[in-house]
Amino acid sequence: MTTSSTNGQPVLELTGIGKEFGAIRALHGVDMHVHPGEVVGLMGDNGAGKSTLVKIIAGNFRPTHGEIRFDGNPVHFSRPIDARAVGIEVVYQDLALADNLTAAANVFLGRELKRKFGPIALLDHKAMASRALDLFGELRSETRPHDLVKQMSGGQRQAVAIARTRLSNAKLVMMDEPTAAISVRQVEQVLSLIHRLKEQGVAVMLISHRMPDVFAVCDRVIVMRRGEKRADKPIHDTSPEEVTALITGAKEAA
Amino acid sequence: MSVPMENPISFTNVGRSKWWHRGIFASQTGYVLLALIVLMIVMRFASPYFFTEGNMQNVAKNFSFIAIATLGITFVIITGGIDLSVGSMMCFSAMITSMVMVELSAPGSYFVHMAADGKTVVANMPGLILLISVLAGLFVAFLVGIINGFCIAILGLSPFVTTLGMLSIVRGLAYVVSNGRGSFPGGPDADLFYALTSGDVYGLPAPFIYLMILAVIMAVVLHHTSFGRHVFALGGNEKAAELTGIPVVRVKIEVYVICALAAGLQGIIISGWLGSAPANMATSYELNVIAAAVIGGANLAGGLGGPLGAIVGCVLLEVIRNGLVLAQVNSYWQQTLVGVIIILAVLVDRIRSRMT
Repeated sequence: MTTSSTNGQPVLELTGIGKEFGAIRALHGVDMHVHPGEVVGLMGDNGAGKSTLVKIIAGNFRPTHGEIRFDGNPVHFSRPIDARAVGIEVVYQDLALADNLTAAANVFLGRELKRKFGPIALLDHKAMASRALDLFGELRSETRPHDLVKQMSGGQRQAVAIARTRLSNAKLVMMDEPTAAISVRQVEQVLSLIHRLKEQGVAVMLISHRMPDVFAVCDRVIVMRRGEKRADKPIHDTSPEEVTALITGAKEAA
Repeated sequence: MSVPMENPISFTNVGRSKWWHRGIFASQTGYVLLALIVLMIVMRFASPYFFTEGNMQNVAKNFSFIAIATLGITFVIITGGIDLSVGSMMCFSAMITSMVMVELSAPGSYFVHMAADGKTVVANMPGLILLISVLAGLFVAFLVGIINGFCIAILGLSPFVTTLGMLSIVRGLAYVVSNGRGSFPGGPDADLFYALTSGDVYGLPAPFIYLMILAVIMAVVLHHTSFGRHVFALGGNEKAAELTGIPVVRVKIEVYVICALAAGLQGIIISGWLGSAPANMATSYELNVIAAAVIGGANLAGGLGGPLGAIVGCVLLEVIRNGLVLAQVNSYWQQTLVGVIIILAVLVDRIRSRMT
């Protein structure tokens, strides 16, 4: 499969993004762009500015400098809900699922489908279950809409969290360490979920420490160090050794 | 938007769990319900009086006296909260209701004008005094619920401490307004009040009927509205609930208001049965109410519970009490046994969840 990073308009474009917390400069002059259907790995050591960058894109923080363009239009997010409204979804490391609810209930949490009975709006269980089943099918995940999340494997939980992002037709999905705490077999499942998102033209940003995962699914890798972007390379032009050197600072920039 | 699926999803590595491992059969509520049925069968043979109509009516009435409040607190427990102020709330609402009833009926009181016939104006409309006084009782419950919810959801205080404080505050207010004497329903609507709270309809005690109606409403609200879904989500993972955009603060305030209103209504009904609202009424009932909810399967850690469990818990407590009386066991054993059952119910559930 060819990467789509060379053609078309980027879904997300950052220019000169900087963020200061008082006297601390967390981010400085970050430029980057992500195209539809592209999987970008965002790497860096702790404190390199990865999570600050993600939080700015997700609307948790406002950048001190710079501009964010989404789908070609400049955007200003003051709350996460603003970012979600334009089509940016985050899959959190702990997945943000309610264990005691079913898969379908989690997918639709906060945006339940309802049917009106006069003045009363009741949940439309059937429609939610069948839509959830469709989404799990798209992701090729063997997940039953009626099963409780607490009985699910790590891979299935990821599928539920990712299905949430599909529900809103997100254009950009940011995944924070999705493979950090799960078994090897489940890592395979998650990586294949990322491929499914890519197939559907969704841009994915994968924030990860795990080099093999990044090299397995990403089209491009961006390396952050000390609040700056040090590298932005197609994955086939680089190697795990080079990326490690960039992360640790053994190599300044590439 | 959905891509046509060439191979529809097949479940190779995940089997569907058997029916007895799902739903009510796999819940603590199911086990306790089973235990209750066994207990009732045992009682049937232990005492010829147990299944008589009179005794059944008694049981139905007695458990209804805590079950409505248990329904209310179940909402709070599902969100992972707790409300210790329900006992005091029952007393305070009951007291306000009977005081307003007396006040509105008394000629020459602050609020009412005299009509030509020497009665107060409101007294000329049958039921109006009753309606206003019950609404007044529920209104103070509403206020207490709002304050609980405000402290917990907005100020971020712990539910335990907030409602422990409220337990004392509300009980204190009940003593203050009645000067420690309590109050008695009175006036022209008193008979109607007694009929509605401790009367029977076709042999069914009135509180039992209210309980059934409220339980059905609660079941619909919990399982078929987005509010109910949010209540469960809040108890399952509060952070997730917040991240998905659920109005966490509003839902929290709402559950404490529901709990206080249920306790208030319960108190008003109890005062009708007692014929008075003494200042020490329903003292420590919060413990019975919480015990009943927990026995019925509500999880104090949040995320689990429902109206059936609440009612089963209340019935079990009452059947045990009733059974001990019929079996002529020293009634002081009751409380000990209730404690044993609380622990047993939770223990059985723990063993079951370890096994699967």
